[in-house]
Amino acid sequence: MSIKQLSIFVENRKGCLEEVLEILKNENINIVSLSLADTSDYGLLRLLVSDPAKGKEALKENGFSAMLTEILAVKLNHKVGKLQELLSVICDAGINIEYMYALSTGSDDASIAIKTSDLSKAMEILEKTGNVEFITDQDIANI
Amino acid sequence: MIWNETKECMSRDEMQVLQSKRLVKTVERVYHNVEYYRKKMQAVGVEPGDINGIEDIHKLPYTTKTDLRDTYPFGLFAVPNSEIVRIHASSGTTGKATVVGYTRRDIEIWSECVARAFSQAGLTRDDIIQVAYGYGLFTGGLGAHYGAEHLGATVVPMSTGNTKKLTTMMMDFDVTAIACTPSYLLHIAEVLEESGEIHKLKLKAAICGAEPWTDAMRVQMEQKLNIKAYDIYGLSEVMGPGVACDCQFHKGLHVYEDHFLPEIISPDTLQPMAAGETGELVFTTLTKEGLPLLRYRTKDLTSISYDKCECGRTLARISRFKGRSDDMLIIRGVNVFPSQVEAALLEMGETTPHYMMIVDRVNNTDTLEVQVEVDEKFFSDEIRELENLTKKIAHVLQNALGLSAKVKLVEPKTIERSMGKAVHVIDKRKLV
Repeated sequence: MSIKQLSIFVENRKGCLEEVLEILKNENINIVSLSLADTSDYGLLRLLVSDPAKGKEALKENGFSAMLTEILAVKLNHKVGKLQELLSVICDAGINIEYMYALSTGSDDASIAIKTSDLSKAMEILEKTGNVEFITDQDIANI
Repeated sequence: MIWNETKECMSRDEMQVLQSKRLVKTVERVYHNVEYYRKKMQAVGVEPGDINGIEDIHKLPYTTKTDLRDTYPFGLFAVPNSEIVRIHASSGTTGKATVVGYTRRDIEIWSECVARAFSQAGLTRDDIIQVAYGYGLFTGGLGAHYGAEHLGATVVPMSTGNTKKLTTMMMDFDVTAIACTPSYLLHIAEVLEESGEIHKLKLKAAICGAEPWTDAMRVQMEQKLNIKAYDIYGLSEVMGPGVACDCQFHKGLHVYEDHFLPEIISPDTLQPMAAGETGELVFTTLTKEGLPLLRYRTKDLTSISYDKCECGRTLARISRFKGRSDDMLIIRGVNVFPSQVEAALLEMGETTPHYMMIVDRVNNTDTLEVQVEVDEKFFSDEIRELENLTKKIAHVLQNALGLSAKVKLVEPKTIERSMGKAVHVIDKRKLV
């Protein structure tokens, strides 16, 4: 089960990030998790939000480049080596990880958001292991 | 020293007689040998018989870069290709280059003009001249090279790109003069200043051109390097460097009028303007065989003076350039039209055609940044993809412009839309 991530292009200029957040606030959209990748000229803001489609529309209306990307969000127990175990499965299948970031779901568990080079294949092999719990869009919306 | 005193110091009356004679011949040749010109002249109802001297010049139609593009590549050549010994090319307003051709005699006259310019800069056969313009399709390198050889000087054909080697040879060979762009010379001066080697130079003169520069820049480089600097002007359509050059009095650039007939016109009304008034510089070639041009609009803005110069030359002088009547930019000596950027982006098809060019001069070197809007069509949530896009755009621009540009992605709709003529350039250099 994949989830929709809202990705936004943000220029390196004063107030840009704040502007994005204000637009989402005005639409009553909750941000559950985020990652900001930066380069010298611009940044990429990746968000998991309660209503990604609505968020994208609102941002576009306000002149931002925004898109929805399917990524995986996986629950992990707070135990040593759990992330490594998960990644070794993905790695053994020859799938690359484009980026990932920690995801807070509010419960005791830790979670991770992962963008892989092959979404469906990654999903398939993780499902096969039988002990991976995916976080869904619905889960995010309910937080 | 005056290289060709007969021509450079003849009375105004004699010059006009010579120009008239040569103009009549040029018009006849062009009419009979170039179909495009024949049609152009017929369209305005002019025949060679109507042109009896330079007083009739206004009857002739103008030529622009568009004419060269429409006849790409050789359509305006007035001789068969067997007579052409050299081709050069410069950037056109869009994808196609502006191609020029020279006969053996054209090259000889060009060499003579450049030799005159070097003489104006006090150079003789005893000098060692480093030519640090790019060699190749650009007229700068080979033009200066042939002129320096014609002068009888020793030529070091450096070309551009390796400043360390250039400065080493400059010192080791006791180079006395350099021909390059003014911004490159300032860069060289800085390199030598940092290494503390300026005192080792035997350099006495620099002949700089191919990009606009100010008198302040001249004084700066003269002081830094303890030399005299001279401004050489030219454009490939008319010939290349050596159409005009200033002398030790720096009161305008002497136009080699026996070969190139200058006019100043209003870029708006296209009517001739009086001496001293600023307008667009127009040239009619008087001796060129390969690519003779009638009233070629240079788009360079200047004024003209016919007063005799303190140096003894009677040649007309054009003032330092006051800008352009079109949107052409000269960046690191390379002619760039915003329309080239637009065409390249559209052809690439992965961006919006909204762009902004930001030209600046940092440490005496021109910089070009091209801002391109990131829109939905090519947006990615991966930095790698966006960086690939940036590189691809930079590559496409490099190919189109012959110049490296820094590409910066910006948010959509941040580049100003204009109802009229869109502003595509911010030039932060202060050159006028």
